[in-house]
Amino acid sequence: MTAVDEIKIGGMGANRRRVEDDRFIRGRGNYVDDIVLPGMLHMEILRSPLAHARITSIDASKAWEIPGVRLVLTGEMMASRNLAWMPTLSYDTQAVLATDKVRFQGQEVAAVVADDPYIAKDACEAIVVEYEPLPPIVNPTQALAEGAPVIRDDKENQHDNVTFDWEVGDRDGTDRAFAEADVVSKISMHYPRSHPSPIECCGSIADFDRSTSKLTVYMTSQAPHIIRAAVALVAELPEHMIRIVSPDLGGGFGNKVPVYPGYVISILASILLEQPVKWIEDKTGNLISTGFGRDVYLEGELALRQDGRILGVRMHTVSDHGAFFSDAQPSKFKIGLMHSAFACYDIPAAHLTARGVYTNKAPGGVAYRCSFRVTEAMYFQERMVQAAADDLGMDQAEFRRVNLVRDDDFPHRTPFGFLTDSGQYGKCLDIGLAAIDYEGFLKAKEEAKAKGRLLGIGISTMTEPLGAGNSREYDILGIKMFDSAELRVHMTGKAILRTGAKTQGQGHETTWAQIVAHELGIPAEDITVEEGDTDTAPFGMGTYASRSTPVAGAAVAMVSRKIKAKARKLAAHLLEVSEEDVEWELGRFYVRSAPDQGVTIQECAMAAYSNMPDGMEPGLENNAYYDPPNLTWPFACYIVTVEVDPGTGVWDVLDVVAVDDCGVRINPMIVEGQIMGGLTEAYAMASMQFITFDAEGNCIGSNYMDYLLPTAWETPGFQLHEVVTPCPHHPIGAKGIGECATVGGPAAFVNAVMDALKGTGVRNIDMPLLPDRVYGAIQTGQDVSGAPPVKTGS
Amino acid sequence: MYPSRFGYEAPTDIDTAIGLLAEGQGEAKVLAGGQSLVPMLKLRFASPDLLVDINGLPGLDHLRVEDDGSIRIGALCRHADLERSEVLVAKQPTMAAVAPLVADPLVRTRGTLVGSLCHADPQGDWASVVTALDGHVVAQGVDGRRTISIKDFVSGPFQTTLRPDEIAVEAVIPAPVGAPAGGYLKLERRVGDFATAGVAVAVETTGANVTKAGIALTGVGGSTIDASAAAESLTGGPLTAAGIERAADLAAEAARPFSDHRGSAEYKRHIVHTFVVRLLRRIAEAEEKAA
Amino acid sequence: MTSLFTEISPEPEHGVATRRVTITVNGERKAAEIEPRLLLAHLLRQGLGLTGTHTGCDTTNCGACTVLFDGVPLKSCTMLAVQADGHEVTTIEGLATASELSPVQEGFKQEHGLQCGFCTPGMMMTATALLAENPDPTEDEVRWALSGNLCRCTGYQNIVKAVLWAAAKQRGEAVETDDGSVP
Repeated sequence: MTAVDEIKIGGMGANRRRVEDDRFIRGRGNYVDDIVLPGMLHMEILRSPLAHARITSIDASKAWEIPGVRLVLTGEMMASRNLAWMPTLSYDTQAVLATDKVRFQGQEVAAVVADDPYIAKDACEAIVVEYEPLPPIVNPTQALAEGAPVIRDDKENQHDNVTFDWEVGDRDGTDRAFAEADVVSKISMHYPRSHPSPIECCGSIADFDRSTSKLTVYMTSQAPHIIRAAVALVAELPEHMIRIVSPDLGGGFGNKVPVYPGYVISILASILLEQPVKWIEDKTGNLISTGFGRDVYLEGELALRQDGRILGVRMHTVSDHGAFFSDAQPSKFKIGLMHSAFACYDIPAAHLTARGVYTNKAPGGVAYRCSFRVTEAMYFQERMVQAAADDLGMDQAEFRRVNLVRDDDFPHRTPFGFLTDSGQYGKCLDIGLAAIDYEGFLKAKEEAKAKGRLLGIGISTMTEPLGAGNSREYDILGIKMFDSAELRVHMTGKAILRTGAKTQGQGHETTWAQIVAHELGIPAEDITVEEGDTDTAPFGMGTYASRSTPVAGAAVAMVSRKIKAKARKLAAHLLEVSEEDVEWELGRFYVRSAPDQGVTIQECAMAAYSNMPDGMEPGLENNAYYDPPNLTWPFACYIVTVEVDPGTGVWDVLDVVAVDDCGVRINPMIVEGQIMGGLTEAYAMASMQFITFDAEGNCIGSNYMDYLLPTAWETPGFQLHEVVTPCPHHPIGAKGIGECATVGGPAAFVNAVMDALKGTGVRNIDMPLLPDRVYGAIQTGQDVSGAPPVKTGS
Repeated sequence: MYPSRFGYEAPTDIDTAIGLLAEGQGEAKVLAGGQSLVPMLKLRFASPDLLVDINGLPGLDHLRVEDDGSIRIGALCRHADLERSEVLVAKQPTMAAVAPLVADPLVRTRGTLVGSLCHADPQGDWASVVTALDGHVVAQGVDGRRTISIKDFVSGPFQTTLRPDEIAVEAVIPAPVGAPAGGYLKLERRVGDFATAGVAVAVETTGANVTKAGIALTGVGGSTIDASAAAESLTGGPLTAAGIERAADLAAEAARPFSDHRGSAEYKRHIVHTFVVRLLRRIAEAEEKAA
Repeated sequence: MTSLFTEISPEPEHGVATRRVTITVNGERKAAEIEPRLLLAHLLRQGLGLTGTHTGCDTTNCGACTVLFDGVPLKSCTMLAVQADGHEVTTIEGLATASELSPVQEGFKQEHGLQCGFCTPGMMMTATALLAENPDPTEDEVRWALSGNLCRCTGYQNIVKAVLWAAAKQRGEAVETDDGSVP
């Protein structure tokens, strides 16, 4: 008998077709809005039309009169139960229903529970709210101006609109580097507010059962255990009487991590009415009020030597958090992992100062398909690098090559103090340049220019930290960011695996089984994978920031190894030899001196129930809680070519090349799917996707007519390449991948357009590079800012 | 997402339909494709008392080239029918050019050209094309049928000169006298977006000379702009570089765009200019090739 | 269905008009008493329990709600259920027979054309209609046909491959069927 073939059993490296597809392609998914409970009622939320206003009165009497209405909740009613405000994941507070003021357009003001959502909506319309408008703040400059109205006048010691000030790095060393520089390259920009906007909106079904005193909440949550902890805190219910179930999720991208007022209101409503209450927001509610991403301003400087070496980095960021600071991010890092910028370059000195402000906009932001501000970090990095190369008159690829960390320079301390463990950044760049035919394109560009056509090429190289994170440095609200896996092997060698992660399309039901198959030789199809029910899943901090493979995936490997260790003892017992004489090949233990004497893993499993050695506890199951020793560091090179129509400012993508290293790939097909999805988000943000505000604080981008997502028609095709540098500290050598292209991609698109515009004098156009912005830049030679406009005059 | 309540009738003959509209006294609305009306109902931007669904009325789904060369488009002719039509490519290239650019492929299976005209959105693409082609609408009401020139059809944003009892039963594109040529360019940021600016150009030539021209603009004013001065400047001679430039200048002048998140007024005016030039150049080049 | 018991709805509110409609859904005739304002998508989902059709926006943009209406794809959130009276509606639940998935369904799994699965029913209905009309589409034709269906996860490239796979299979050509287990 020989070892099973790993690919045949769906082990690592297999392009295993997905288990979850079987129900999705039949329309048998189980999303929150698909769930029906007996006696279920429906909730709708009334939202503020104004960005900043005092509430002078709320009259809900007409709403109560509508047949089918069961409950109308206002801030006052919530306040009498101490639920008008709730804590956020960033140690701030957030209004559940407004009491004194509304602080952003779309803020929750009242809620109606009725027999069906149509009636609930009718009733919302019948609620009369009187507002006294206050001056809205839409822009950090306004927020920080002398005499600006204090948005958070609900907070006792808040006298301005600053949420935090933070700094990291070496101020003195960086100042010295700048003093010695031959050239200082400066650039300012705004990474606009964007929204993760999964197609499925947020929602919950809260079901409080008086007979058991148990609260069950079906909910769109990427982190059900965090929600359970938050609900225990906010609703003051005992943790063991709260069950959060996240069923199938129609995408997350970070939008489904925070605790939203709708969830809390639906829970209270269910407790009051003792019936299940379903709240499913509409797309407007989702875009106007839930966790957005980005909205950070940068002033960046690079200290340069004439030969192209970067001597120092200086960054000052101002981040716009809206009305409530509700970022879900590690508590020690106020601006997330912004200081992972420049990790792929060998730069001796760096300093970052960061300031967060309140404005009259939706609260947040979340890690939108990124590892806590890493998208901003890498975008700023590659835009600064592009500007610096131009300032020195150097070729973009060459400038990067001069500064990239060399393959043999690991472990490497990054400019802001992270420790990277491995990388082949130069190789990544080489593959990308060859794939796009860099030299050929530069020639074509020149020839085209002579004919009045504008072609451009943009490069983005980066490494980023994924897999938050080690308990020394990472926690959310004090809870450490480990993750978990629990594996039970049944007597016939089939198994069930549960983890603390929560897939939203990443394919965990398929890939986690591949890790177990790799470790234990049990065919992947013999392993059921479950996530998302806090009653059964081991505790985990959920899936976002591309942390699942690095953390939960590691836990899956570790628990498999614990199982294997026990199985080895069972094998020795079955083979009647000592453990030292037992060898392993995939799926089978055998006697070293007599290899055809062996037992399969399935036979070991049976023995765990029917033939244990003396003194051994029966059964074959275990769990593992994994505290990652470090972050993982995938890296990439993205190259984009474009043509810009100078007559209209419209630009078309010619080619996209992506070279990604995410370490060992569990399921290459799924990895590539993640990269393509990420590249599409990068393209979207670079070209059309953003939320902005007019001077009155009206949200522009609160529905899909204004918040533009590219269709199959605009979205370019992608050419993918791989480099594999196993992560040295991860049990299976894997790193995260879900966000890499979203993080590194936007700069490649923008750099390409800016390259096409070289010679016009334009240094920066804020994303999205809409046709009118590009055209305006070409005409005037001036930079284009995308920051929301400030009302002038009174 | 959830409309407020309204009444609903689905008559099977047109006189009943007209009678219902007449009774409604302005609070009844016609439902055909519904691709503009239903979204408005869902957002509660519209709350009529009664919807009169005309999808069951016979004889309204035609797309017909008459013997005299005119084209009649029935109220229930869907955008997709126009997109698929080979006869349109041959007979009215301007219309063929716009059909694929209306909304998205799914909306096009249901939405109608006539409905689009009646909705009178300043960003409606068809209105520009029908204007450039000097078309008209046939309306039927309690007093029978009448013809309304497209230029008299829209009275403001989302307002037409239809009487409350009238149904627009077809749109008519007059038969070209010369050889028809034309096109439509629309600046949209992605499929399904409303136009930042759109330009419809239609010309008829006899020999080398332009005998008739129409230029109309989408999304650069409170309603479709009939750039008649620009169009008139083209007639009476061949298309020349200077003539094209002049027409583009006049068209840009005729535009009355607002600055908004799609772009500044100046930018939109510039797009009008650029698109007029590009469309006319394309026509001129095609003529040269054919000659 | 049983005639032993039919639940009677509570007395409708005075003045609320309802209409009786008969719609053939996935080959079965269904009768219902509904308000005119009920959207077709909601009749399918809440009324008939066919939750495979999803709603993802409120402005007729995303296409997650796409169904076939007399064989023609349209957005079921933008049609009143009363308008479907006397017509045929096919949803994703109607694509497979008792024993076999449709080529489009198979293709989406084979080519990894879905991730979270939320846009997938709409994509597959549009693809099904496309292939009925055009059995040999080019990549551009596929992208054009799908431009009314939004996806946030896949980047569309594999969706296009899935549709082309299905087209080839429907034409009787050989297609890749490795489920990932061929070494």
